[in-house]
Amino acid sequence: MAFLVAHFTQIVFYVLALLAVLGGIGVVTFKNPVHSALSLLGTFLMVAGLFVLRHAEFLAAVQVLVYAGGIMVLFLFVIMLVNVKKLQPEAVFLSAQAPMAVLAGVLVGALVAFGLLAGKLAAAGGVPAALQTVDGKVLGNTEAVGWLLYRQYLVPFEVVSVVLLVAMVGAIVFGLKSASLDRGEGRAER
Amino acid sequence: MDQPLIQFIVIPLVKIVVILAVLLLIVAYLTFAERKILAYMQVRLGPNRVGPKGWLQPIADAFKLLVKEDLVPAKAEKFVFMLAPGLIIIPALLVWSVIPFAPDTTLFGLLKQPIPPYLTDINIGLLFLLGVSGVGVYGVILGGWSSNNKFSLMGGLRSAAQMVSYEVPMGFAVVSVILMAGSLSLVRIVQAQQEAHLWFFVPGILALAIYFCCGVAETNRNPFDLPEAESELVAGFHTEYSGMKFALFFLAEYANMLVIGSVVALLFFGGWLRPFPSWGWLGFLDIIPPFFWFAGKVAVVIFIYMWFRGTFPRYRFDQLMHIGWKWLLPLSLANVVIVALGVLLLKG
Repeated sequence: MAFLVAHFTQIVFYVLALLAVLGGIGVVTFKNPVHSALSLLGTFLMVAGLFVLRHAEFLAAVQVLVYAGGIMVLFLFVIMLVNVKKLQPEAVFLSAQAPMAVLAGVLVGALVAFGLLAGKLAAAGGVPAALQTVDGKVLGNTEAVGWLLYRQYLVPFEVVSVVLLVAMVGAIVFGLKSASLDRGEGRAER
Repeated sequence: MDQPLIQFIVIPLVKIVVILAVLLLIVAYLTFAERKILAYMQVRLGPNRVGPKGWLQPIADAFKLLVKEDLVPAKAEKFVFMLAPGLIIIPALLVWSVIPFAPDTTLFGLLKQPIPPYLTDINIGLLFLLGVSGVGVYGVILGGWSSNNKFSLMGGLRSAAQMVSYEVPMGFAVVSVILMAGSLSLVRIVQAQQEAHLWFFVPGILALAIYFCCGVAETNRNPFDLPEAESELVAGFHTEYSGMKFALFFLAEYANMLVIGSVVALLFFGGWLRPFPSWGWLGFLDIIPPFFWFAGKVAVVIFIYMWFRGTFPRYRFDQLMHIGWKWLLPLSLANVVIVALGVLLLKG
């Protein structure tokens, strides 16, 4: 009991991390796309838990709200709408993408390991101050993220919004084009 | 027992058990209330055979559902079929951990120092609430998909599109309240209304209308109950479910209605506060405990839900999307801009 209390954070961290990794493995190994999507949902929720452990409550809530509540629902929607059949057994691991995927995985792993060893991603103990403080005062994660985003990183933030807007307009243009092709007219009705 | 054990394990456990028990009892009697109210609106009598005036009907219904045969279609995706009711009921109950239904209380002098009767108040309460209730949509989609039935699949797909669409204006409606209160904590939002001497429905009347419309759509209730439109989809996503699994879908729907009602009461009508909390000569109203003010406000919202069901015909699916994306979304965006300007000008 005393051990549990003393190492509570670490125990929760390892359980969440293990489940997140298992979910990630599930995404690529399940044959049925719906099971893969569910597995990814599990990973998202576990990562939200990890954010809470690091006192990034706002990020955790947004992770659940946007990734779990929005993006994965649309994924599932598309999977069900196009009715993807189960993958062929040989298509899973022996595709041309496999070596590239392994390469990318090793590279990212090396990068993270390098960052950890060089002390860039350290700050393991205690609460990272930037996640909680506004102007030197401890206010909370939501306030801190807002303060950073709309003061220090305002220009990158606005650039990202414009990029997203462009992507949205692009998607609508593509959608309109295919709609008009289906009807065999010059342009869509609405 | 040592102090931390009581503080972190015993007290929360007691609160969880009490909250769940009361919630499930209320949900059971909401089904009865709905049948009675609809019956009187349609000049019928409603259930009146089980117990005095039909008051034992919900108990009988629950017992019937418990002992009913639990069918799983032969061609269903077994695992997901079992998982779906869980995925819908867990978020519906989890949300109640952050809903503050009364201020700190000593339980009429039973305790030495006041404790909060709700489970917890977290600094991201409102986001937690939106996020967790957004996860509930998986139960509906996966239930529809795993049943291997085209009516269920259509219901599941409709609900996915509907719930994702209406979450957006709902979020924007909530944003305007956050701007006025300056916090995401639900307790802080109620306190802000006390300090401002104003319930937020006055400056946020548009936000209230948008939130309530979206709330009705999110809970798949009339006139937005397309995922289970019986005239076209048999029963939609839960066509193949029977017994206790069906009961879980049903429970989740009513629990979610209660959540929407609670959020309306907390965000727009001052939660547990009495009317005009700053007017001293209305002090005699304090004889009603805060929890009952809250419950009364929620009850009014729930009654409006049932009134809707008794009044409006169902929308067509394209009309539903039209309302969501072409009316509610631009309106809610405009509302955020107006409220933000107002907050900026008034608070300086």
